Order: sequence, then C-alpha cells, then structure tokens
Amino acid sequence: MKGNVKWAPLIVFILLGSALTYGLVRPESHNIKSKMIGASVPSFTLPAATEGLPGLSSGDLATGQPHLLNIFASWCVPCVAEAPQLKKIAQAGVPIVGIAVRDRPEALQGFLARNGNPFRAIGADDASQVMMAMGSSGVPESYVVDGKGQILQQQIGPINPEDVDGIVAAVKAAR
Amino acid sequence: MKRLLLALALIAAPALADSDLPPAPLADTQLPNRKQEAQAKALMETIRCLVCQGQSIADSNAELAGDMRAMVRERIAAGEKPAAIRAWLVRRYGDWVSYDPPLDRVTWILWAAPVLFVAIGLWVARSSFRRRRG
Repeated sequence: MKGNVKWAPLIVFILLGSALTYGLVRPESHNIKSKMIGASVPSFTLPAATEGLPGLSSGDLATGQPHLLNIFASWCVPCVAEAPQLKKIAQAGVPIVGIAVRDRPEALQGFLARNGNPFRAIGADDASQVMMAMGSSGVPESYVVDGKGQILQQQIGPINPEDVDGIVAAVKAAR
Repeated sequence: MKRLLLALALIAAPALADSDLPPAPLADTQLPNRKQEAQAKALMETIRCLVCQGQSIADSNAELAGDMRAMVRERIAAGEKPAAIRAWLVRRYGDWVSYDPPLDRVTWILWAAPVLFVAIGLWVARSSFRRRRG
C-alpha cells in the first residue's frame, strides 16, 4: 500500500469517532418549534373552559388588537410557575387569552383562584385539537399574535421573569 | 423500603404531567370500517409522537399521542386521505413529525448512500482481485 492510503482508515475512524462523541455530548434540545410562526391562527371555535369567562375563537384574535395566547392547563406544574409572569404581563396592558388543554371546569376554577386570573377568555381544548393546529407540542406555550391574527412569536415552556419585558415589547410592537 | 419508594416515585412522577380527562373516544378504539382502520394504523405508525420523541403515535401512551390518534381516525373516517393528514402535521411541526422523510436536497444521501457504498465495494473488490491474478 502507498504510504498515505495506509492512514486513511485511521483518519476516517477518528473523524467518525469525533462526530459521534460530539453528538452524544452536545446538549440536546427537545423543543419542537411551531412552523406556524408567520402564518395566521388556524380557524377554531372553543367553548368556555370555566364559568365567568367567555370561550375563545380564532375570530377573537383578529379584532385589530394584538394578543398573547397562552396554551396551558390546571394539571400542568410549570404553568403554576409562570402565573406570576402572566400577571405582570397583563398588568402591563397586554390582553391575554388562554386555551386550556384537557381540563375540567372545576379544576380550572381552583387553578385561577390559587394563581390569579390574567385571562380575558379561556377556550376548552378537550382533545388537544387546537393545540395541534397551532403546532404546539406541550403546555405551557405562549404565542404573540398581531391584530390581524398572524402568529409572530412562540415561547416554548414557561415564561420566566427575564422573558416578561421581551414579550410585553413584542406585543406592543405588533400593534 | 428504598426500592418500594423508588417504584412509587416512578409511578407517581408521570401522573403529575397528565390531565384527568379520559382519552378521546377514537384514541384507543378502532374504526368500524376495516379498510379505513388499516389506513389509519399505517399512518399512525409513521407519525412521530411529540412527547415520547422516539416513538410513533401508534406506540406511545402519551395523552397527546392519544389525541393525535383520535385526530387521525376522525379525519380518515371523514374521508380524508392519509397523505393530506401527514401534510397537515408536517405543515405544523415540520418533516420531523413524519417517519417517512421526503426526498430533497438534505435527505438525498439516505437513498444515495447504499448505492455509493456498493459502488465503492465493487471498486475495492475489483482492484484486489486484479492484484491476486497479477
């Protein structure tokens, strides 16, 4: 064998080994970004999820006013963690509407009593159908929607304190 | 005792992330029309679960997988084509959600690689046979 060719298998082995090691060591992200960003909110109509608040339809998101759409559930633990942030966002004047995934009215009532209610409307998505239509794969997720019902931004997972200013700014800028 | 606690923790932890609503009607019930059920099953086996990301929705016990199965069966029962349902999901979650990747600029190597490897093998075999004869 010629001098250089002899080393080819070793070099290939080292390259392959480094590529595989990189793949194992690299922190993996399990977040699935929605491909609906930039598109209009899919057409839907959801009944009221709990007493005292109206349900939600896609028409409510195209009234000329931007919204924060929060997909959550009373059985979801991170949703409790993001409640104070939602409250702050609502206090900053951002209209927040909710979609409650696979929830019961009485459980939701308890959740809102314990964690506060920043929502103007909550639709009941009992079989996750609107969640899927939005390209959402878990709770909580939040979407910034402009006044024409176009999806501008997606937040996967709970809104943390450091995210509040960015989201308020994004909704104000969507006006 | 420790083992018992661990076993209990393993049972209890996933319960925290589940709702207490029963599965959607068509999540675990076959369609009465056998041809439609076969179509739905074939599609469900090639759609990736969004929660247990290594499983198909046919295999997964996640609630969302159940809701996705119900969605697939409802649409098949309403006469929608499996390809249209797959396209609907790909529009929302990307090619990632499908176990049937399309042939495009990124994925051509999946189909080309076997042919390439056979070609390389033939070339190596040819040169080594030639050497032995000489």
